[in-house]
Amino acid sequence: MFYREAGQFKTSYAADQAVFPLLQDRIGIGVILAVAFVLIPLTGNSFVLQAMMIPFLIFSLASIGLNILTGYTGLISLGTGAFMGVGAYACYKLTTYFPNVNIIVWVICSGFASAAVGVLFGLPSLRIKGFYLAVATLAAQFFLSWCFIRVPWLYNNNSSGAIEVPLRTFFGIPITGPNATPMTRYFVVLSIVVAMTWLASNLVHGRIGRMWMAVRDMDIAAELIGIRLLPTKLFAFAVSSFYCGVSGALLVFLWYGGAEPAVFDVNQSFFILFMVIIGGLGSLLGSFFGAALIFLLPIVLRFLPPKLGFQIHSAMIDHVQFLVVGTLIIVFLILEPAGLARLWSIAKQKLRVWPFPY
Amino acid sequence: MNAHNPAIVAKGDTLLSIENVSLAFGGVKALSDISFDIRKGEIRAIIGPNGAGKTSMLNVINGFYHPQQGRILFQGRTRAKMRPHEAAAGGIARTFQNVALFRGMSALDNIMAGRTLAMHSNFFWQLLRYGPAMQEEVVHRRRVEEIIDFLEIAAIRKTPVGRLPYGLQKRVELGRALAMEPQLLLLDEPMAGMNLEEKEDMSRFIIDVNHQFGTTIALIEHDMGVVMDLSDRVVVLDYGRKIADGTPTEIMANQKVIDAYLGVAH
Ligand SMILES: Nc1ncnc2c1ncn2[C@@H]1O[C@H](COP(=O)(O)OP(=O)(O)OP(=O)(O)O)[C@@H](O)[C@H]1O
Ligand SMILES: [Mg+2]
Repeated sequence: MFYREAGQFKTSYAADQAVFPLLQDRIGIGVILAVAFVLIPLTGNSFVLQAMMIPFLIFSLASIGLNILTGYTGLISLGTGAFMGVGAYACYKLTTYFPNVNIIVWVICSGFASAAVGVLFGLPSLRIKGFYLAVATLAAQFFLSWCFIRVPWLYNNNSSGAIEVPLRTFFGIPITGPNATPMTRYFVVLSIVVAMTWLASNLVHGRIGRMWMAVRDMDIAAELIGIRLLPTKLFAFAVSSFYCGVSGALLVFLWYGGAEPAVFDVNQSFFILFMVIIGGLGSLLGSFFGAALIFLLPIVLRFLPPKLGFQIHSAMIDHVQFLVVGTLIIVFLILEPAGLARLWSIAKQKLRVWPFPY
Repeated sequence: MNAHNPAIVAKGDTLLSIENVSLAFGGVKALSDISFDIRKGEIRAIIGPNGAGKTSMLNVINGFYHPQQGRILFQGRTRAKMRPHEAAAGGIARTFQNVALFRGMSALDNIMAGRTLAMHSNFFWQLLRYGPAMQEEVVHRRRVEEIIDFLEIAAIRKTPVGRLPYGLQKRVELGRALAMEPQLLLLDEPMAGMNLEEKEDMSRFIIDVNHQFGTTIALIEHDMGVVMDLSDRVVVLDYGRKIADGTPTEIMANQKVIDAYLGVAH
């Protein structure tokens, strides 16, 4: 009833080529932004900000990165964790060499380091596809994980082998390091994630996005309309790794405050891959859904029962978490391989024709 | 339009000529010593029994396969070994025997993708989807809408092509090829698997493309009725050899062609 295009006639192709042609969608985006920028900071305590919202946003960004590569361009990667790591270590090196440059500049720049590494490991994608490419990216993952442990230069020879995030300020307000409040860090992360999501959405809805999807759907036909495969694939690797790199830098600098190499191991890669699969391959919105389901649901499962008065042993909760999330992954893979994003679009379609489905 | 092709070929002149082309896959000789030409503005049919080498011929023309022998002249110039994307830039478009659409994309996006080579706005404008990037998007959308109207597929423009019936998929694929505004359009069995009505529609589109836009067309088709109606000249392949070349009426009367189709022993 309320979600439909009736009466909204596009009078120009510019309006119809807009990313959100429907008024309701634009209102929806506005509401989400208002909730994120106003409601959550006003009502959320530091637990909600620190333990839920900040990591949720960071993982959403990494999922967008992987989704660009896997969902939009059809190249499977198991190296997401490593590409995030490259971003984190690059940011660490940059800010320790040049402590006076604003940390946000370095967070963004670390994406370029990750992009360069991504392109390098993307080179085999011209010749190999699917399962074999996944194995090649897995090799990248192990090689880079090894570097994070074995190259002391990367962590400035700290005896602990870990990165410790120094204090950095922005107009005098601490935004990284132990003194930065969750509220400040939340706003920084939120702004970066919103801006980068907007840019990604612009990219995938334009010529470059169509080129990626063409390569994904039918590479010979893509070549035939003049798309050069290698540059297009490498470009997807670059943009994807850029997003993963920034997300890795945010993870360490604005969430953990420090990190060991294990943070960027292959488990991290699978974690992000699950988010992308459950959320929906080839959907930016799905990346957020996936991150919410995989990251936030376990937290809710952990804290909801005690709030409701159930006293459950914490080991039990761990088991239940694994069980529920594992089951969800399997159910999704079997019943709805296109992920939550597809359910969302079906729901919207139903709403559009409601109450007369014919 | 075709900035890539400074050489202008007048209507009726030779646009493409195939000279003594041979192609083998291991022991299988797909094409043996084939020569023929395609003139600007004509509809040239390529016919022959199954496995005759018709699809292989198109694959050679647009750079998917590289012949072991022979040469190809396009617009009067010998063509170096080229990749399909270079052939596309040179003005050769193509549809496939088995529909090769981008299944995850809408009909509109498929046809928009056909405009890729004509779009040039740089990455930073693309990131912002503003200024030149957005202007370009609108200009090409307008062009694509003309093609959509022409092919009468306005109602399904936003439908993911994977959900369309086969006949419409073939039409969208033709739309994508037309979006490239090609010099030479290669159609590999555009009417295979269609019912009579769909065939008539498709025939009409092919004739209109040829007449209205002056596009040169190479057409592979099994239905002799269609070939007779549409084509100006026909080349007949059998077991990788050219067995006849001429107007449809000549071809219909040719004894070798009749034998090939009836399966007379060699
Ligand atoms: N990539 C390939 N590798 C090996 N053999 C091939 C290849 N492509 C084609 N052939 C062989 O070349 C010969 C010609 O095939 P082609 O597909 O060109 O025939 P066609 O005339 O298009 O037939 P149809 O009417 O069935 O489409 C066949 O014997 C086929 O098996
Ligand atoms: Mg064939």
